Amino acid sequence: MNRPILLHTDRISKTFPGVKALDGLNLQVRKGEVHAIVGENGAGKSTLMNILSGVYAPDEGRMTFDGKEVFFKHPRQAQEAGIVMIHQELSLATNVSVMENVYIGRLKTGKLGFVRYREMEKACKELFDRIGIEGIRPDQTIEELSISQMQMVEIAKALSLEAKLLIMDEPTASLTHRETEILLGIIRELREQGVSVLYISHRMDEVFAISDQITVLRDGKYIDTLRTAETSPNEVISLMVGREISKSFKRQYGAVPSGAKPILRVEGLCAGEKVRNVDLEVYPGEIVALTGLVGAGRTELVQSIFGIDPRTAGRIRLDGREVRIRSPRDAIGLGIALLPEGRKIQGIFADMSVRENISMAGLRSFARGLMLMRKKEARAAEEYVSRLAIRTTDLEKEIKFLSGGNQQKAILARWLLTKPRLLILDEPTHGVDVGAKAEIYEIIDRLAQEGVGILLISSELPEVLTLADRILVMRSGEVAAELPVGEADQERIMKFATA
Amino acid sequence: MQALVRLARQAGRQKEIPILAALLILCVVIAWMSPFFLTWQNIFNVFRQFSVIAILAVGEGLIIITGGIDLSVGALLGLMGVLGATLASLGWPAPAVFVATMAFGCAAGTLSGLLITKVRINPFIVTLGMMSVARGTSLLITGGMPISIDNGITYLGGGHIGNVPVSVIIMFIVAICGYVFTTRTLPGRNIYAIGNNERAAKLSGIPTDRMKIMVYVIMGALCALSGMIVSGTLDTAEPAAGTGYELDVIAAVVIGGASLSGGKGSIPGIVMGAAIMGVLRNGFVLLQVSAYWQVVTIGLVIIGAVAIDSIKNRSANA
Repeated sequence: MNRPILLHTDRISKTFPGVKALDGLNLQVRKGEVHAIVGENGAGKSTLMNILSGVYAPDEGRMTFDGKEVFFKHPRQAQEAGIVMIHQELSLATNVSVMENVYIGRLKTGKLGFVRYREMEKACKELFDRIGIEGIRPDQTIEELSISQMQMVEIAKALSLEAKLLIMDEPTASLTHRETEILLGIIRELREQGVSVLYISHRMDEVFAISDQITVLRDGKYIDTLRTAETSPNEVISLMVGREISKSFKRQYGAVPSGAKPILRVEGLCAGEKVRNVDLEVYPGEIVALTGLVGAGRTELVQSIFGIDPRTAGRIRLDGREVRIRSPRDAIGLGIALLPEGRKIQGIFADMSVRENISMAGLRSFARGLMLMRKKEARAAEEYVSRLAIRTTDLEKEIKFLSGGNQQKAILARWLLTKPRLLILDEPTHGVDVGAKAEIYEIIDRLAQEGVGILLISSELPEVLTLADRILVMRSGEVAAELPVGEADQERIMKFATA
Repeated sequence: MQALVRLARQAGRQKEIPILAALLILCVVIAWMSPFFLTWQNIFNVFRQFSVIAILAVGEGLIIITGGIDLSVGALLGLMGVLGATLASLGWPAPAVFVATMAFGCAAGTLSGLLITKVRINPFIVTLGMMSVARGTSLLITGGMPISIDNGITYLGGGHIGNVPVSVIIMFIVAICGYVFTTRTLPGRNIYAIGNNERAAKLSGIPTDRMKIMVYVIMGALCALSGMIVSGTLDTAEPAAGTGYELDVIAAVVIGGASLSGGKGSIPGIVMGAAIMGVLRNGFVLLQVSAYWQVVTIGLVIIGAVAIDSIKNRSANA
């Protein structure tokens, strides 16, 4: 198993104003190996990837690739050498065909400069067969594809560039369980063909399912490289956070008083095409998980409960009383809070301070008439910063300078400050590092113990199984199954979600 | 000690400091080149000249903070002056003229706001259309001829309290109100939230449409106020008054540190931006630079200010 070394970095460093993002990093990647890079947010993973793919030049250190010393000043040079990065935000032209995207910039043309589509289609098909991509036709347009299919097109494009090293940054972040399986299959196929893959992910189960080696980074420094077969998720996590994790998170079940009335009761709710005749109940102190494939209508369901999307039929009762919710404002007034998915798009006010971000949804409680009571506001924000252990140097710092996990905790604080009876969480730990994730779990658990009803949307089945009291599986707009947590496991949930 | 650290940190965060520095440097340079610049007469002159731009810039600032824009300010100013003068010529008493003109301004702002939020037309297009409608209406009412005013309402533009022109006092009042509004009130906070992330603002329970209509209404009222000031200065309402003001006003807002993509900007900065525009124009006159060069320079200043903003944003995101 001593395959030749493809990439070797020798003490590369990169400093940004105020941070040493990467500090003397040594990394060795062998040919035909899947090498996972793990670390908390801010550990230097993105910086490393950007250096390898030529986006940034390192300040110090040297890099050898495929036997030659290299120094990339531009992504194009890295690409020509055979390093291709697949970014989290995909970079395909959406209203153009699959094959044109694969061969973008290198369209096959005849003597007169006309594009030879037939030839290109054939080459594209061969490429797909070679790596086991199924169900995509070369002449489809990109907008007809799902996110996971787009990712496969990106991979095909990289391979058509004769990539020797493929860098994938959180490739499964927006994929469902089954799509993830397909992607991992393709990565295994690539490995067989001698392509090396640098695989960045927060998800330990995937890292252990796919990688040969795992390199751990912490605070910009190289910590260790481990053979996947000889280590365990707990060991890797403790290296990432720099301390031994005593035990993984366990819920403290609060007793749901028998005979309690449901906080939320939804009857026959319909909203457009995506939500069809949904009934559900959430009791005080209960965590109800809503799971299923992306596109099953989970987000649409909670958005219609929260008054964002209009309902076409059905009733909503809070504490037994029927309520009319026509806007988020109505919902907030009734004691409902929604932590939306997509922190950057729907959550943070990037240029505003941590204080302003935290107080936003409950701002009316700090106003006398139209005037804000700023001392009261600051005190409340400060209280939540310490209660949720949000790491920031001060309240007036702009939120964009906080790490992803801390931003997410600040948005959670925004909703807790409204003192909700019902808290809806839509993918609350998406893109959050392991440490912050455990903290968010603890916060959710504590809220349930205090009697808040919680409706949790999550695509991460381990998360669902850890947190939920009851699991609702959605499939094409309907609730396909309801499982108490004792009777649920990943296989059963997936069976209902995909059947 | 801790208080001192906090104070220093706060001062470091004040984004107006570079703008203030630019204004002071500009003043020093012009004063050095023209001894007339620092006479009381000229100083009041400068203040009076930029007071209207500053008043309008406060309103435009609020709109730009929400992520919108208003191109109709100059034309609305002209129309409001004409409407006020028409009412005055019908023999209305000054307070009635004032109230009615302000109401017209609010109505014009409401119309723009409704078109932008309810019909969902891009603010650039709505206000570009309003600009033409307002200017055309002024010309229709007056037949293209100026209306002379013999009414107490001219006090707003021509009056003095002691040595200080009334328009300058109005400017300070508007600026202070704007400052309090943006920093200490609920709707003021909301408009920053909308400019930063409208979707998140809506999810946080902010009535985004109502807030957006509100800023256009405020703008309409300030256009009415400015229209009465401008016509009061000359005792005459010109149908062409305010032509091209939108450029100076938007420039003042941008120079004052607001970002055209919304969510950023402060009233003190915006007023200083207006002052820079005023001092620059005054300097050109004192130094006897050709009026044509003024036009070119103002354009360059605007592009320069936006370029600085864009470069700053890029380095912050890298």
